[in-house]
Amino acid sequence: VNAWLARWLYTTNHKDVGILYIIGSMYFGFIGAVLILLVRVQLAIPLCGAGVTTMCWPSATQTFLNPSAFNQAVTLHGLIMILWFLSPLAIGLANYFLPLQIGAADLALPRVNALGYWLWLFGGITATLGFFMPGGNTAGGWTAYAPLSSSGFSPGPGPTLAFAGLIMLATSITVGSVNILLTVAVHRGPGMTWRKIPMFSWFMLFTIIAMLFSFPSLLAALMLLISDRVLGTMFFTASAGGSILWDDLFWFFGHPEVYVVLLPAFGLIAEIFPVFSGRPLAEKNIILICTGAIVIPLSYMVWSHHMFLTGVTLSEGEAFSVATILISLPFDVIVLAFIKTLTKSSIRLTVPMLFCIGSVFLFIIGGITGVFLSSFVLDVVYNNTYFIVGHFHYVMFGGTGFGFFAALLYWFPKMFGKMYSKKAIYASWFPMFVGFNMLYFGMLILGMMGMPRRYYVHLPQFHTMHVVATVGSWLLVLGLLMYFGTLLYAIFKGEKAEDNPWGGVTLEWTIPSPPPQENFEEIPIITHGPYDFESQEAKS
Amino acid sequence: MTGHIHRDDFGARLGMWLFLVTEMVLFGGLFIAYSYMRYRYPAEFHHGGSELNVTLGVINTVVLLTSSLTVVLAIVAVQRAEKQRAMAFLGSTLALGLTFLVIKSFEWGAKFHHGLYPNSPHLATLPPGEQVFFGLYFTMTGLHGLHVIVGLSVLGVMLWWVATDRIRQDRYVHLENSGLYWHLVDVIWIFLLPLFYLAA
Repeated sequence: VNAWLARWLYTTNHKDVGILYIIGSMYFGFIGAVLILLVRVQLAIPLCGAGVTTMCWPSATQTFLNPSAFNQAVTLHGLIMILWFLSPLAIGLANYFLPLQIGAADLALPRVNALGYWLWLFGGITATLGFFMPGGNTAGGWTAYAPLSSSGFSPGPGPTLAFAGLIMLATSITVGSVNILLTVAVHRGPGMTWRKIPMFSWFMLFTIIAMLFSFPSLLAALMLLISDRVLGTMFFTASAGGSILWDDLFWFFGHPEVYVVLLPAFGLIAEIFPVFSGRPLAEKNIILICTGAIVIPLSYMVWSHHMFLTGVTLSEGEAFSVATILISLPFDVIVLAFIKTLTKSSIRLTVPMLFCIGSVFLFIIGGITGVFLSSFVLDVVYNNTYFIVGHFHYVMFGGTGFGFFAALLYWFPKMFGKMYSKKAIYASWFPMFVGFNMLYFGMLILGMMGMPRRYYVHLPQFHTMHVVATVGSWLLVLGLLMYFGTLLYAIFKGEKAEDNPWGGVTLEWTIPSPPPQENFEEIPIITHGPYDFESQEAKS
Repeated sequence: MTGHIHRDDFGARLGMWLFLVTEMVLFGGLFIAYSYMRYRYPAEFHHGGSELNVTLGVINTVVLLTSSLTVVLAIVAVQRAEKQRAMAFLGSTLALGLTFLVIKSFEWGAKFHHGLYPNSPHLATLPPGEQVFFGLYFTMTGLHGLHVIVGLSVLGVMLWWVATDRIRQDRYVHLENSGLYWHLVDVIWIFLLPLFYLAA
C-alpha cells in the first residue's frame, strides 16, 4: 500500500497526473451536483399561500434550505462546476493525451505539472472548507460581485477561504498553462509539423492561450479583494466605482473562461467526428483560423456584455454587442464544418459518436440563445433571469459536458485497457438527454416568463415549470449515475480492450492500452496527417 | 531507463518568458485598478503622492537597476568560466536586493509611524481617494516586495549552485532564468516609481 500511495503522491508522469486530475474533477463534480440537487428540491416545492395548502413550505423562513444555505449552494455550485470540474477535466485529458498525440515522452515541465495539480486540489479543498466556517461559505454568486463580496456584506472566514482557494486555483492554472503551451511549442515528435498536430491538441493550445492572459486578471482582482477583506483596504468598497472595477477585472477573466471551458470540447468533437465518419475533418484549416485568429483575440474584447446592466453608455453597449455577435460567427462556421464532416459519410453510431452529436445539438441551442443575450436591448430584459441560466448550461453542460463525456468514452479503453458495456452507456444517454432538455429548456421558458435567478422561493405562476425542471434534473442524474456506474464497473470488471478499438489514426492509438510509462518504445517519426484514414488503411 | 538527462535550454527559457508574461498581466490588472482609481480621484492621488519620499524612491530605483546589471555580469562571468567573479557579482546582487528591502522597510515604517496603513484609525479620517491611494501603494509595493524576496531566495540558491559547480560554463540556464525574473522585478519597480512617488 505504501508503494502505491507513494507512486500517486510523488508522481510527475503526465498520464498519472492526468488520471489524478480526472478523478479529482469527478470528486468536485459530485459535490457540485449534490449542491444543486438540493437547490432543485427546494425549487420544486412552492410556498404555502395563494391557494396552495398542501405540499408546500409553511413559510419563507421554514424551507428545506434557508436563504443563506441556498445562496451558498448556488454560489459554490457555479464555482466548483466551472473551475473544479469542467476546466480540470479538460486539463486532465490534455495531460494524458496531448503528449501522446504529438509524440512526446512527457510534458515539458513534469514537476511544475505536479505542482499545478496539488495547488488545484488544495485550492478546491480550501474553497469547500468555507462551508464549515462560522457564517458559512461565500454566498454572493460565483461572480463574487463587489461590494457584496466585501467583509461588510459577507463577513466571516468562510468567504475569505473560498477566495484564497481561488487564488491557489489561478496560480495552478498559470503554471499549468505555461507547461502545456511549452510542450506543444518545443516537445513535438520528429515530423510532427504544426499542420499535422491533431485537433484536440490544437484546441488545447487555443484554450491555453485563452487561459494565459485571463487568469492573471482574476488573480489581480482576488488579491485586491483579499486585501480588502484581510488588511482593510477599500478598493471595492470606497465608492460606487469600486464595484465596476471588480466587474471589469472579473469579466476580463470571466469571458475568456467561457472559451477555456468550451474549446477543449470542440477539439474533442473534431477528434471523434472524423474517426466515426471515416473521413478527414472538413475545412480543418478554416476551423483553425476561425478559432486561433478570431475567437481567441475577440474573447478578450467582449467582456462588457456581462455588464450591460451596470450603466455602460449606449455607444459602449453597442460596441460590445457588435463584438459579441461577431464572435458568434466563427462558431457558426465551426459547427457547419462539423456537420459537413458528417454529410454523406458512413457514420458509425458508436457511444462516443452519440454523445458528440448530442453535444453539437445542445451547443447549437446554447449558441442561439447566446445571440439573444448579446443584444444590448434584449439583455436588459433577460439578464439575471433563468434564461441566462438555461443558456449557459446549454453551452457549458450541453456543449462542453457531453463533449467531455464522449471523450471519456472514446479514450476509456486507451486509459484503462478495458472496455465498458456499450449497451449500458446507450441506455444512459436517453435519460441524460431527455432530462437535460426538460431541465434547461424549462429554465429558458422560466426566464422568458420573468423568473429571476438565485431566488430561493418563487411565485405560483412559475411553479409548473420548476417542477418540470426538477423532474428533469432527476432524470439527468439517473443517466449520469448509469454512465459513471458503467465506467466504474468496467475499470475493475471490464473486458480487455484492443489497442485500437475505434480505428483511430492519431498517435495514441499506435501504442498498447494502457500506454507504457515511457509512452513510445521509440519516439515515432510522423509522416501522415492526423486524419489520413486512407493511407493508413492502405498500410495495414 | 538510461542515465541520460534530458536537457532543453530553449524550452526552459521559453517557459520562463511565458511565465513572465502572466506576471505582466497580473500586475497589469493592478495597474488597471490604479489608472481607474486615479481617474476617479486625481486630486487625492496627487496629494497622496506628495507624502511619499521621492529621494528614497529614487535611491531604491538606482539600487535595483544596479542589481540587475550585476546579475547580467554574473551570467557573463559564468559563460567565461570565471567562477570567483560570478560569485562576487551574484553576492553583490543579493546585497543590493537586501539594501532595497531595508530602505523599503524604513519607508513603510515611517508611513506606519504616521498612522498611514490599511484600516488605520488615521487613514479612516482621510477622504476615500487617499485611502484608495495608500491601499494601492501598500498592495502593489507589497506584492512587488514579495517578488523581491522570492527573487533573492532564488538568486541565493543560484549562488549556492555556482559555488558547488551545478551552474557552470556549459550549463547555466537556471541562472539565466533567475536573471530574467530579476529583471521583471526591476521593470515593475520602474513602473511603480512614477505611478506612486512621482504622482504629485
